[in-house]
Amino acid sequence: MFDYTFSELSSILVMQGFAGLILFSVFILMALGLAIIFGQMGVINMAHGEFMILGAYVTYLTSHLFQDFLPFAYPAYFFVAMVFAFIVSGALGLLVEWVMIRHLYARPLDTLLATWGLSLILQQIYRSTFGAREVGVELPDWMMGSLAVTDTVEVQVNGLFVMALTAAITVAVLVLLFKSRWGLQVRAVTTNRVMSGAVGIDTRRVDRMTFGLGCGVAGVAGAAFTMIGSTGPTSGQLYIVDTFLVVVFGGAQSLLGTVASAFTISQSQSALEFFLSGSMAKVITLLIVIGLLMLRPQGLFVLKVRR
Amino acid sequence: MTNAKLRSLASNWLGFVLLSALLILVFPAVLDDFRLNLVGKYLSFGFVVLGLVLCWGYTGILSLGQGIFFGLGGYCIAMFLKLEASTPENTAIQSTPGIPDFMDWNQLTELPFFWEPFHSFAFTVIAIMAVPAAVAFILAYAMFKRRVGGVYFAIITQAVTAVLTILIIGQQGYTGGINGITDLRTLLGWDIRTDEAHNILYFICVALLLVCILLGRFVLKSKLGRILVAIRDKEERVRFSGYDVANFKVFVFCVAAALAGVGGAMFTLQVGFMSPTIIGIVPSIEMVIFCALGGRLSLIGAVLGALIVNAAKTTFSEMFPELWLFAMGGLFIGVTLFFPRGLAGLVDDYVVPFLSKVFLGDKKTPPPEPAVTKLAE
Repeated sequence: MFDYTFSELSSILVMQGFAGLILFSVFILMALGLAIIFGQMGVINMAHGEFMILGAYVTYLTSHLFQDFLPFAYPAYFFVAMVFAFIVSGALGLLVEWVMIRHLYARPLDTLLATWGLSLILQQIYRSTFGAREVGVELPDWMMGSLAVTDTVEVQVNGLFVMALTAAITVAVLVLLFKSRWGLQVRAVTTNRVMSGAVGIDTRRVDRMTFGLGCGVAGVAGAAFTMIGSTGPTSGQLYIVDTFLVVVFGGAQSLLGTVASAFTISQSQSALEFFLSGSMAKVITLLIVIGLLMLRPQGLFVLKVRR
Repeated sequence: MTNAKLRSLASNWLGFVLLSALLILVFPAVLDDFRLNLVGKYLSFGFVVLGLVLCWGYTGILSLGQGIFFGLGGYCIAMFLKLEASTPENTAIQSTPGIPDFMDWNQLTELPFFWEPFHSFAFTVIAIMAVPAAVAFILAYAMFKRRVGGVYFAIITQAVTAVLTILIIGQQGYTGGINGITDLRTLLGWDIRTDEAHNILYFICVALLLVCILLGRFVLKSKLGRILVAIRDKEERVRFSGYDVANFKVFVFCVAAALAGVGGAMFTLQVGFMSPTIIGIVPSIEMVIFCALGGRLSLIGAVLGALIVNAAKTTFSEMFPELWLFAMGGLFIGVTLFFPRGLAGLVDDYVVPFLSKVFLGDKKTPPPEPAVTKLAE
């Protein structure tokens, strides 16, 4: 492990860092939606991964639609797919909130079980509809290939695109939460639900919109996910444990904390991956996070709230 | 005997007696050897759900990691059995005779140190309960002392499950990897693969399970049980009354883990192998649904829940593999939304009033018990 020259080692670091940034983007995209729902409403959505995969499948379908009917517009299909993914996942989120979640607000542990059930059902629906095999989309030409930064370092265009997209979505969510009237209401409800109700905020409506938005963001995450990996019925479940740790580690109510913890976890994992096997890297990362959570259970960043 | 006496006797023991009769008399009489072994396998999950009733139903600690405790218990006995099966004579064709076959395949030349104690049967028996309890203690002590609970605790247990499963799968040479520890033959020279052995193991499993039910009932009926319920319903108030809440939670979590360990050991003995696919995240959360379906507040109900869900899983997943996940998902949603007290709750609300009307001549049906309407948090 020490028989590399300095320049080789630094290239490796950069490449692994880049791989870590892609993982970081996936974590952020998933964790954003989860953090909105969990942080603001205290609801555990175990089906979050499946909402993300729904977005991925919508993107897959859209890409085929464009191939068949609008081949000239194919390079731009992704942006349309993203909007579709947001709408479809968000709508499903609203429906789920209305049918199921709103009856369980008083029982967070039961929400966890019920949404797990939902995730099983969604997985099976995907499997019956799209088959058990993983599907992938064809990337438009401009997203293929890689940029050579130096002789030994090169970065993939699709990775860069996903990062840019992640940054854009994160900023959008932050603006929505901190600059819009709706965001003000959400933050008010988080801080003091009873008081918000007393000053005339429809807390139920805020809850529903929050859940819908969280799921919509998950859908967009799924759309972005197709750029860097293929989609199968159980792809969402692979990430759900990591993402929950990201959210909890960051401090549930703090979006900034979520970003910071996603960065830490993804970078340490991809850095360790180079020196150890992939599974050991994951084990050590998770253990460190669990250990840190035992020392600091409230997470990295804490928002003072009245419960 | 007066009516009141009869009633209290019936309400306390009827379920237990019926379950014992079902397991000891009915199943062995009507099922063939193969089916009986299957039931024995399902019952080994019964130990896990007993633990879940104690820690989830009564104390409000939801653990999504019972699978790891089940697995730790199972792996302990599997290691013992594997060492017994890997005598130098049996493994003479290996490059290093006398170590388990999967170690040889992974180029290990000597037994890892943590395998050494498992040559001893006495140590193994203690380890089956002590190892899961120790892991549970570390986890619970760190979390509960810092007053982390509820949803956070559930997520952490799930993460620990992920860690352990990845570790077991990744460290093939030490653990047997994804295949697990297979080809287990004898227990202290007694061949556990025959039908006769399976039958005997079934009865041992039933006996242990019934003992554990009595143990759980003893805990719940004691003053300790009262405190656990109080912690579930108003943790702060218990704390202000001068109790150290964390200690009680740690204790009950460790008991649940030890129970799961026993279940894992019984599973390994009856099925003849142990693998990470039985203890991962998905199986762990399925164990919670056994408990939820049967009734998270009823020891007997939860055991029946484990039996019913497992039997349904075997039947349905053979006949309609596609539908099974829908059914399972529907179970999760339906039970939590509509029957949070599970089957046992339905029996309490409808069957018991009916029976007492018929047999004890009650004039009107007593209203459903209100004490347990407010579940965990």
